[in-house]
Amino acid sequence: MGKWTRRAFLTTGALVGGGFVAGIAVRPGNRSGELGPLVEGEGETLVQTWVKIGADNSVTVIVPHAEMGQGVGTALTQMLADELDADWDLVRFEYAPAIPEFANHPIAKGLLLAGVDLPEMIVPTVDGILIHAAQALDLQITGGSMSVRSTGVYGMRVAGAAVKEMLQHAAADAWGVPVDEVVARESRLLHAPSGRDEPYAAFATAASKLTPPAKPTLKSAAAFRIMGRHVERHDIPPKVDGTATFALDVQVPDMLYATVRRAPTFGGGVARVDDVKAREVEGVLDVVSLPAAGQSGIVGSFQAAESVAVVAEGYWPAKQGLDRLEIEWTETGNEGVTTEDLFAQFARDIDARVERETDVAEGDVAAAIASADRVIEADYRVPYLAHTCMEPMNAVASVADGACELWVGSQSPLGFRMAVASALGLDVENVTVHNCFIGGGFGRKSRADYAVQAAQISAAVGRPVKLIWSREEDVRQDYYRPAVLSRFRAGLDAGGNLIAWENTYVDKGEPVEAPLIPYSVAARDIGYVDSPTHVPFGAWRSVDHSQHGFFTESFIDEVAAAAGQDPYAYRAERLKDAPRLLAVLRKAAEEADWGTPLGAGRGRGISLQESFGSVVAQVVEVTVVEGKIQVDRVVAAVDAGLAVSPDGLTAQIESGIAYGLTAALYGEITIRDGAVEQSNFHDYPALRMSAAPVIETYIINSGHTIGGAGEPGTPGIAPALANAIYDATGLRVRQMPMSGVDLENADRETAV
Amino acid sequence: MAASAKTVTALKVNGVERKVEVDPTTPLLWVIREQLQLTGTKFGCGIAQCGACTVRVDGRAIRSCVTPVSSVQGQEIQTVEGLAPSEGTRHALQAAWIEHQVPQCGYCQSGQLMSAAALLDANPNPSDEDIDGAMDGNICRCGMYGRIKAAIKTAARNTAGGAPAADGEGPNHG
Repeated sequence: MGKWTRRAFLTTGALVGGGFVAGIAVRPGNRSGELGPLVEGEGETLVQTWVKIGADNSVTVIVPHAEMGQGVGTALTQMLADELDADWDLVRFEYAPAIPEFANHPIAKGLLLAGVDLPEMIVPTVDGILIHAAQALDLQITGGSMSVRSTGVYGMRVAGAAVKEMLQHAAADAWGVPVDEVVARESRLLHAPSGRDEPYAAFATAASKLTPPAKPTLKSAAAFRIMGRHVERHDIPPKVDGTATFALDVQVPDMLYATVRRAPTFGGGVARVDDVKAREVEGVLDVVSLPAAGQSGIVGSFQAAESVAVVAEGYWPAKQGLDRLEIEWTETGNEGVTTEDLFAQFARDIDARVERETDVAEGDVAAAIASADRVIEADYRVPYLAHTCMEPMNAVASVADGACELWVGSQSPLGFRMAVASALGLDVENVTVHNCFIGGGFGRKSRADYAVQAAQISAAVGRPVKLIWSREEDVRQDYYRPAVLSRFRAGLDAGGNLIAWENTYVDKGEPVEAPLIPYSVAARDIGYVDSPTHVPFGAWRSVDHSQHGFFTESFIDEVAAAAGQDPYAYRAERLKDAPRLLAVLRKAAEEADWGTPLGAGRGRGISLQESFGSVVAQVVEVTVVEGKIQVDRVVAAVDAGLAVSPDGLTAQIESGIAYGLTAALYGEITIRDGAVEQSNFHDYPALRMSAAPVIETYIINSGHTIGGAGEPGTPGIAPALANAIYDATGLRVRQMPMSGVDLENADRETAV
Repeated sequence: MAASAKTVTALKVNGVERKVEVDPTTPLLWVIREQLQLTGTKFGCGIAQCGACTVRVDGRAIRSCVTPVSSVQGQEIQTVEGLAPSEGTRHALQAAWIEHQVPQCGYCQSGQLMSAAALLDANPNPSDEDIDGAMDGNICRCGMYGRIKAAIKTAARNTAGGAPAADGEGPNHG
């Protein structure tokens, strides 16, 4: 297996180059007739692709996204139900089946247009094109903080408004009255002149035969009744009584259990297996070698090397058997690689500036640096990170008679379907995916490697199989958040003004704008060099913002310190042309009592990051005693345009901060002998309650285009913490994890 | 050393006597999940580091992933399925979990609830430090620690007041 070049995986590039926007203009008709049998239960009528109405006047919204903790089903349902003028007490949701007809095509639009605001008037036409684009791309992905801002804005709201108009037309026809006299309210249709009042259910069948309006009228924000309101999440009650079904919980008749191992040095194959001792374990039934697999051309492209599986009556004997296997792996040439080698390689590649590509170049940086009163330089670095979702990788597969049924927690069920079909040589129509509640995804569960293994094992043994990875396998066979080295140089004039910003880092990823800074500076040059390694990488909550947020928001703090100015005031001064960002920064500073004194050993740090269409500012309060870091308080201000589900947004910000704080304090995957050294939570720790800060979240509903929620909380915590440590100690921390830095004995001049 | 031969073990789970035939060194977690089909208890790490597998044995919170099934014979085992006082009701902690909208992905929550239940039985009015001490073995990768702590306090208040946990079963199950 070769080295991993990040640039090859950029999805926006692949999509934008796809040529979908020009030429075709297909408008969707009403497909409810053909789709109805796939999703209708007793007494239910599919009125439009995403809406069912039951005989009991219930409304069921079909949600084309996976639930991995973000409450997506509830937020999207709020958006549709509001436009539909449904009675919230009668509204529920279910997850879309993993078939292309329920692809979340608005995501394709978000990717195709790369975050460009779409004028409402062209939505219906583009929608038609994009159904086909999304189906071709097999998009049913959950990621990129896209669900609410793409599927919700372009899909669910439009669908709700369309169905309302269809119901109004159906009632008007039945009653023989003008449609503009029919009012929809709280899941009932009313005609005031004649006193008629009937439930939506009375007209569901008639409405389902109508063609959806091309341009349904959407509500203005002032008319929202359910969007922006606190509602309880629908998925929480089954999560407190043990009844929520994760893939790990699926039981299939005649099912066996399995667990697997891949070569510790990435890319290694299976040379020889001695399974005599494994087969001696009571309950072990078989040991099978699984071929390499991979899938490209989908969101969540992956490569996976060969593996060995032990199949048994239960997980425990399977694990006992796995621990007794003696496996010889093929050599890859990477057996000697260490983390230090990789960072040395990054530094060499940055020094050489070979084939450096530019993100942005404005003004004359060289001249500005030459004329600067003061120049500061710094290298920042972050290590590889695993995702460690609470639910380890697992899947249940049943392969028989040329078909596969799969139960899995997946961020990309259509991509998984395609990957399994491809690996087993099955027709994609013969692969059925049941997506379950996901016990944490964070990007990891967009890669189908574990589902493919489950299907391979089931095919090999001829029985349904539940594959469960050990935590050790999960930590050592991840698609890691990439390690990055980023080099900065800034020029300041005699007044401390920032006149030049230069930044070169290794490896371009997504989102492409992640390394950019919002602060006004006349000359800037931001670019990258490729420095591929053998370590598999993938999306990790907030993707490249998670690294560059730390780098840029720490280095701007260094610039402010070099200028002898307050870091909040210095940022604010350079946001005069960015009023939305300034308002969020100011809100966080005010709520955190910025500028009031803290006690000895304590410090305050600030950060600002726009990502996934939302703006988040954070202020961290930290105590450093005898080198030990205690994060006391985090104040976050967030502008996601409109908080569709305010407590849901708050919970996502809290969660994003906690996830980022785990990385900032503890997260480090190191490489030795070409393999990951860590294995479980004892050597790859996670934040625990006693170290968790109080988090206060303040929401600004600015009315801007709706932004994402799942990821924007993550990037800003590490820089705000590093800046707070500087405030408390005078030490500048330029690497993660910070708990690994010796703050007691560090050299104050050179920093760490 | 290969695993031991299967033997019959008598267990009392959520008040019900159950007999299972397994290797006696098998961790309780896998017996609960695979033999008894009580899947609310989760696997997270296998080495007692994350708390997802927490159940109660004679009232104490234990990590079932490292507890051999033979060691808990005859003791009262309680899983999340047995936490509510009766069918159709909720434990005060479960009600508080909903009130504070605690779970996100939800995978760790049965373990969190069982640790919290053991805490409140032993200490009906815990301080913040008491809660940290009792809950530090339970990782939540969604990071809902603030909400968990608030929900424990709410449950403690409601339990102290003697108010029964309301059955909040609504029509809106996703």
